[in-house]
Amino acid sequence: MYLDANATEPLRPEAKAAAVAAMGLANPASVHGAGRAARKVLEDAREAVAGCFNAKTGDVIFCSGATEANALAVHALGAGRAVFYGATEHDCVRAAAPGAGVIPVLPDGTVDMEALEGLLAGQPGALVCLMAANNETGVRHDIAAVAVLCARHGALLHVDAVQAAGRCREEWLGMGAASIAISGHKMGGPMGAGALVVSAGREIMADLRGGGQELGRRGGTPALPAIAGMAAALGGGYEAARIAGYRDEIEAFCVRLGAVALGAGANRLVNTTCLALPGARAQTQLIALDMAGFAVSAGAACSSGKVAESHVLRAMGAGALAGQAIRVSLPWNVAAQVVPAFCGAYEAMAKRALHGQARCA
Amino acid sequence: MRIVVAMSGGVDSSVVAGLMARAGHEVIGVTLQLYDHGAAVGRKGACCAGQDIRDAKRVADTLGIAHYVVDAEARFRDSVMAAFADSYASGQTPVPCIACNQHLKFGDLLEMARDLGGEAMATGHYVRRLEGPAGAQMHRAVDESRDQSWFLAATTRAQLEFCRFPLGDYASKAQVRAVAAEMGLVVAEKADSQDICFVPTGSYAGIVEKFRPDALSEGEIVSEDGVVLGTHQGIARYTVGQAKRLGNAAAHMVVKKIEPGTRRIVVGPRRVESLEVRLRDVNWLIDVPEGGVSAGVKMRARDSVHAARVLPEGNGAMLRLDEPALAAPGQAAVFYDGSRVLGGGFIV
Repeated sequence: MYLDANATEPLRPEAKAAAVAAMGLANPASVHGAGRAARKVLEDAREAVAGCFNAKTGDVIFCSGATEANALAVHALGAGRAVFYGATEHDCVRAAAPGAGVIPVLPDGTVDMEALEGLLAGQPGALVCLMAANNETGVRHDIAAVAVLCARHGALLHVDAVQAAGRCREEWLGMGAASIAISGHKMGGPMGAGALVVSAGREIMADLRGGGQELGRRGGTPALPAIAGMAAALGGGYEAARIAGYRDEIEAFCVRLGAVALGAGANRLVNTTCLALPGARAQTQLIALDMAGFAVSAGAACSSGKVAESHVLRAMGAGALAGQAIRVSLPWNVAAQVVPAFCGAYEAMAKRALHGQARCA
Repeated sequence: MRIVVAMSGGVDSSVVAGLMARAGHEVIGVTLQLYDHGAAVGRKGACCAGQDIRDAKRVADTLGIAHYVVDAEARFRDSVMAAFADSYASGQTPVPCIACNQHLKFGDLLEMARDLGGEAMATGHYVRRLEGPAGAQMHRAVDESRDQSWFLAATTRAQLEFCRFPLGDYASKAQVRAVAAEMGLVVAEKADSQDICFVPTGSYAGIVEKFRPDALSEGEIVSEDGVVLGTHQGIARYTVGQAKRLGNAAAHMVVKKIEPGTRRIVVGPRRVESLEVRLRDVNWLIDVPEGGVSAGVKMRARDSVHAARVLPEGNGAMLRLDEPALAAPGQAAVFYDGSRVLGGGFIV
């Protein structure tokens, strides 16, 4: 059973259909009829994305995914400015801004507004990068309040909306954000497409100049099938109340067994719970659940597959629990029987882990 | 049964994983990530995983078994690398492979295998595990030239019960490679690993310098009656019995003693062999023979067997050798009865 939606959402049927339909089309930059047919698919997708975020079509820059979208925002908007990002940001933001200042978070994972105010007062006109929702804990920052603070100090706000865009979309640009980054496969689209959506008319200097595609803001032939699939996925429904119910049931069950739900006090994504089992290594829990047929994740997976301790949980002051937590993230199409099945597997895993501790003592 | 296979990415453990899968077991392949490869090669931005980890994953894919990489970096740094440097700094000659087997493979990984509901753990070591009337016994590998029993002497009886070593019965490495080729594994022709894995260049001074720079500071080379014969560039570069790097004044001499406190290397003419050798932290694979036991003893990885009487003393033991032999502090002394391993400890 697949419970790792924050890594990638299962492909939505309408997204797959749109992607398949776009396969084999010509280069949308070509001037002939075949090129025009491809261009129509690209621009239809752009319209759909713009509509979802209340932006103009000219303000949607397609790219390969969120890593590229976030890097483009950091480089283009951060040029000549001090950059700050939240302590729980994704590595793709942290790596794009190596010299940036870090905005601390509170123990519940939400951004420390007082600290942010202090940082912005000290360096007016900065760029603030903040995620709408965290990939490991699901914790949501109050973007509206952050946007007000940024405006007061002449700072630009870039919102990494990767996890939130398909699950709890908000009017981020309307709140005052300068740009938002999205990723197709985190919403049920195919992998390989993302977008940076910027506020009206904001100019962006390309990272990749190439053939001048995307109005000179991102060179390279666009991945048309993935882009068409992303646009279709954005139109897919999301049964938040149903998913929240399942998540809450799972979380309550695991907490009764001794787990600690990290970030549970904050406003969160409805599909995510980060469960620490005191004394049990995250990796052992993950392997045990995998062997039982449940796909969950833990920490930050390096390309080796090694599970490193989570910087997100460390930033929240979770201490040793940072190495003992797994993430359960329910997919958009989660079925009701997942709840009892997962609870059973978790109980078996937890009992063995706790038995192991007793043996060591 | 559910069986955890410790996979290093080399041909031996890859074949073990294949044999276990072929026998119909539910195989969980685990590779311990012992150090950050990117940091080790000093290339910024390089992946933390080296070629061995990628090979192990590829083998697991080929075999169609589950595979996980476990972060053992902190444990390896503390229990193996730092201990290795500390040992040199105290004038001893450590065996990091034994520490790694003891703490990581047959320690943490074995515990993890139990936690995962595994019924056994298999490794690619060349050693045999035979069922005896009083439980599992450890024996030398059939292929004597590959035998690794000396490196496994710190394995406890409880650990041995849980372990499987299918390669101990193979007649040669060529036979193992042939099985790998037949299984279609990418590692079939891969070169054997060399010496100490975390010292790829063969120079361990860099590791010692990182953990214990004090062990690489200058000191005196003195004769047994205290006459200064020269200087040296750190006690970590010497081991008892060594004749190299002593300079002209001490030519034809060997290191007899290393004094970490004064940083002095004491040299003397030739013979450093002893008849009595004291051991610490002895692990018995038989019931402790209170009155002592006669055994063949190996005191280095490639040592010949010395006839001796082993007398238990608390957690340690006293070796009484029939003929004098070289015993370097820090090395392991392993006791054999024919092919069977009776136990082993560390030379004081």
